[in-house]
Amino acid sequence: MSDQSRSIIGAGVPRIDGPDKLSGRANYAADNLPPGLTYGYGVFSTIASGRVTDIELDDARDMPGVVDIYHHGHFPTLYHTPSSLAQGNKVEETRLPFEDDRVYYAGQFVALVVADTFENARAAARRVKVSYAEEPTLATLEQGIEANGTQPGSGNHSRGDAPAAFDSAATTVDVTYRTPVETHNPMEMHASTAWWQRGELTIFDASQGVVVAKGALSKIFAMSPERITVHAPYIGSGFGGKLWTWPHAIATAAVSRELGRPVQLVVPRREMFTTVGHRPETRQRLRLATDENGKLVSVRHESINTTSFTDQYVETCGSVTKSLYRCPDLTVSHATTQVNRGTPTSMRAPGAAPGLFALESAIDEMALAAGADPVQFRLDNYASRDESKDLDFSSNHIVEATNRAAEKFGWADRTPGVGSMRDGREIVGYGMAACNWEALKMACDARVSIRADGTAFASCATQDIGTGTYTIVAQTVSDVTGIPLDRITVKLGDSSYPDGPVSGGSWATATTLPAIAGAARNALDEMKRYATGTGGVFAGAASDDLEVSDGGLRNADGKHSDFAAILDAGRYGSADGEAHTKAADSEYSYRSFGAHFVEVRWDPGISRLRVARVVSAIDVGRVINETTARNQVEGAVVMGIGMGLFEATEYDERNARPVNNDYAEYLVPVHADQPEIDVILLDYPDTKFNEYGARGIGEIGITGLAAAVANAVYHATGKRIRELPITLDKLMEDVPAAQSA
Amino acid sequence: MRNFDYARAESAHQAVAAHGTDREVSFLAGGTTLLDLVKLDVMQPQKVVDINRVDLDGIERLDDGRLRIGAMVTNTALARDQRVINDYAVLSQALLAGASTQLRNKATTGGNMMQRVRCPYFRDGVSACNKREPGSGCSAIGGVNRSVHAVLGTSDQCIASHPSDMCVAMIAIGATVQVEGPEGQREIDFADFHLLPGETPAREHALEPGELITHVTLDAPITGSQSAYLKLRDRQSYQFALASSAVIVQMDGDTITQARVALGGVGTKPWRAPEVEAALKGKSASERLFADAAGRAFENATAYSQNAYKIPLGQQAIVRNLADLIDSTAA
Repeated sequence: MSDQSRSIIGAGVPRIDGPDKLSGRANYAADNLPPGLTYGYGVFSTIASGRVTDIELDDARDMPGVVDIYHHGHFPTLYHTPSSLAQGNKVEETRLPFEDDRVYYAGQFVALVVADTFENARAAARRVKVSYAEEPTLATLEQGIEANGTQPGSGNHSRGDAPAAFDSAATTVDVTYRTPVETHNPMEMHASTAWWQRGELTIFDASQGVVVAKGALSKIFAMSPERITVHAPYIGSGFGGKLWTWPHAIATAAVSRELGRPVQLVVPRREMFTTVGHRPETRQRLRLATDENGKLVSVRHESINTTSFTDQYVETCGSVTKSLYRCPDLTVSHATTQVNRGTPTSMRAPGAAPGLFALESAIDEMALAAGADPVQFRLDNYASRDESKDLDFSSNHIVEATNRAAEKFGWADRTPGVGSMRDGREIVGYGMAACNWEALKMACDARVSIRADGTAFASCATQDIGTGTYTIVAQTVSDVTGIPLDRITVKLGDSSYPDGPVSGGSWATATTLPAIAGAARNALDEMKRYATGTGGVFAGAASDDLEVSDGGLRNADGKHSDFAAILDAGRYGSADGEAHTKAADSEYSYRSFGAHFVEVRWDPGISRLRVARVVSAIDVGRVINETTARNQVEGAVVMGIGMGLFEATEYDERNARPVNNDYAEYLVPVHADQPEIDVILLDYPDTKFNEYGARGIGEIGITGLAAAVANAVYHATGKRIRELPITLDKLMEDVPAAQSA
Repeated sequence: MRNFDYARAESAHQAVAAHGTDREVSFLAGGTTLLDLVKLDVMQPQKVVDINRVDLDGIERLDDGRLRIGAMVTNTALARDQRVINDYAVLSQALLAGASTQLRNKATTGGNMMQRVRCPYFRDGVSACNKREPGSGCSAIGGVNRSVHAVLGTSDQCIASHPSDMCVAMIAIGATVQVEGPEGQREIDFADFHLLPGETPAREHALEPGELITHVTLDAPITGSQSAYLKLRDRQSYQFALASSAVIVQMDGDTITQARVALGGVGTKPWRAPEVEAALKGKSASERLFADAAGRAFENATAYSQNAYKIPLGQQAIVRNLADLIDSTAA
């Protein structure tokens, strides 16, 4: 980054896309209404396992406005994608829509009605009568393990001899934690609007990754990626659920080609719980041990998660366990078990969110068993280098984060006895947990143009999923060129732009900004060539003698010319630059760190549990935009409270159907549940990672939060809740036995 | 879309005439339940009679001290009415504890009484459900039944809890329901309006086919009484009650001279608890008394696989509400 406009990097400038969103100009996937548009509506399986034996269409065909009805007996031939992230064609559910008559989960597409209006399509879809040969279901992780056992997963790690160290240790804990299925439930439902012209596909899709979507669709339709354009200029959030292309988008594109007409499909809220991914159920066994001095000497973290019958998705719960604490003898393993649910997918901080609930709860149990203060125990055991990779951390300020959050929170006022802090009728509990997330940086291309009218234009095929990417790209262009934000246009979310990363893994910032900066510098070099060339404003001067200043170039004599005048002199429309930046090297272990401190209040007289206060200190390298960065952590903390207290997709164990599949019964925090949230951003640039020193901030805030809540609940109530969510019935005393099923 | 006939009525009489006695016809008031369930394909009216222009949105104090509420008075208007706030605080509080501002602005007094249960097996359109498809069975028994299922008034045919907060306050206050139908006008005691599921869970209320609620008339307030509503739930807003209580007490010093207690979230209908009231009346207020009285409400409760906690939680809702109310009365 440059010195001249350092103030723009880190500044809490408002979102540049805010006015478009507030005024309704922002076009989301289902806002696109091309001429001749038709509407698709799904018929979704009401059984979770078995075969479709018959589809009766006569009633539905007679409904007004029906164009056609597709199903496994009437659907174009499509092709499998190898589903490789490296190749850029990953999907999560590799089975193609309507590939055969099999049903693997409730809410699977079994037919698709296309009609002239949304209402007609929906009404006709309900007249499609599907007959099934139903087979026994596996509805839960325990049912899956009992029936079929487990399959080995990936992301395993082992060093030393953890069992031997455990057996000879002074103090041990051996505990099992469980987390339920959680569903992303972004406000904007998954939606696709697709049309074909001259054999080329255009699709507006609610996507966190337009380039990978293009790659996957090119495999599925067996066509050149150049003939596909995927648009996602705005996404009503995704939380990971929109990273990869799901069956509805494939089906929408396919039937649009069949019909020769545009087709739009919006996934109903109920099926947002079935056919577009979820965070899987997990069971995690933690075995920890310390020596006489309270040092960790053995760690084992064994995780099993549910996956579908069509694909293996591994929730890498032990990903953080490998490196957060210093421990010579450590084993992390992952396995999966198949159940009758759709394929799971990444949900905000995949692996780490459920994994740190278990690890950081177990660390709390370990600290108490060892007779140590939970904060001091962590300070005594944090790793100073990444033992799993045998690398130094590029930048690690977890000790400072822990100490600063502890001080701001008032941890020193905590009395350690269970239930020892009271305020009137309420019992106050203090708990804390570390948070952690890997910092990743992918390869990226970008383009920047400085135009004759004095404006700049930047483009990259990444996305802004509501996190502020538009704004920080503009800040970067402004930083390099000196052009003010209100004269910078940023275009994202279009696969025809230079290849950018998926908006996931918290890597969009670290990946995109260096490419944008490189492109902007290359545009300035081009500008200098124009200025120093024949007829140029600084004709004959050396480019190196010109410096960027005040929206133009200045020579050593102090002569200044703005960009518009330089371009005008050569009658150039713009000075353009492109850049390609590489993925991160492996010289260091790049991770982000932090700590959450939580106050809960438990009123046993009315069984009311609430989170009253959160203080989080986060070390994510340099903060690019103080406002959007803080917003990411605050939002993640709220989501973590939901994970801790409320969120669970419930399935009927008798038939594997999701039961609470709507916004009223799937509980997330509402405003009234949100406490004071105090976010401390440490802001230490990690320049070993990239020139901006930024590591990304979307995910770390949710990691560890549920454990901090659980640890505070234990402090208040003496109850160690090892199965999320921590609902009031799990804390009540004297609950009678059920008399009936 | 699924087509249906639409008629708009300008008077109750017109509405009743337009409706007829066909069970496939629905009155449309705020639509906060009906439209949801039509969109989910759970309700499939062949005809909708829109009563939004019927002049039933007044609140009137009668000469005998009762308060007559038009069926089309919105939940927001009723909660904010100064007479309700002064004389029936429990009703205002119950209304404001329900739904969200947007829903309360649309939802009406009559519609709130007519709202359908939140049982997911009723709403999914697929599972066995005796309310939706009599004789098909009850999926909630033996299924997911933690949040919106009852422990009081259940049968082996249905265990869905009644979702209303407003009705819990009204049954505590005491009220009559004025209805107009093909056979003319009549009055139903509020306590008899909602029916227990028994063997006929599809029959939820005492209305005859084609009858329209025109008013609810609250009993005159008990002289010198105080009242309050306490709703317990997982999150702090926008969730149906896990357990709630409406309490009204009249005190003479430390002695409870009159008490009314009703429960929400735990019963298959708005649940008046006369045995609790009897245990309180004439006694000197104390937490021990409250706990003893509250326990009586659940002597005949049935706990299902996931909702046994509602038995102690319902008692807590009574005890804390009484304690806070009487404490504030004393102060």
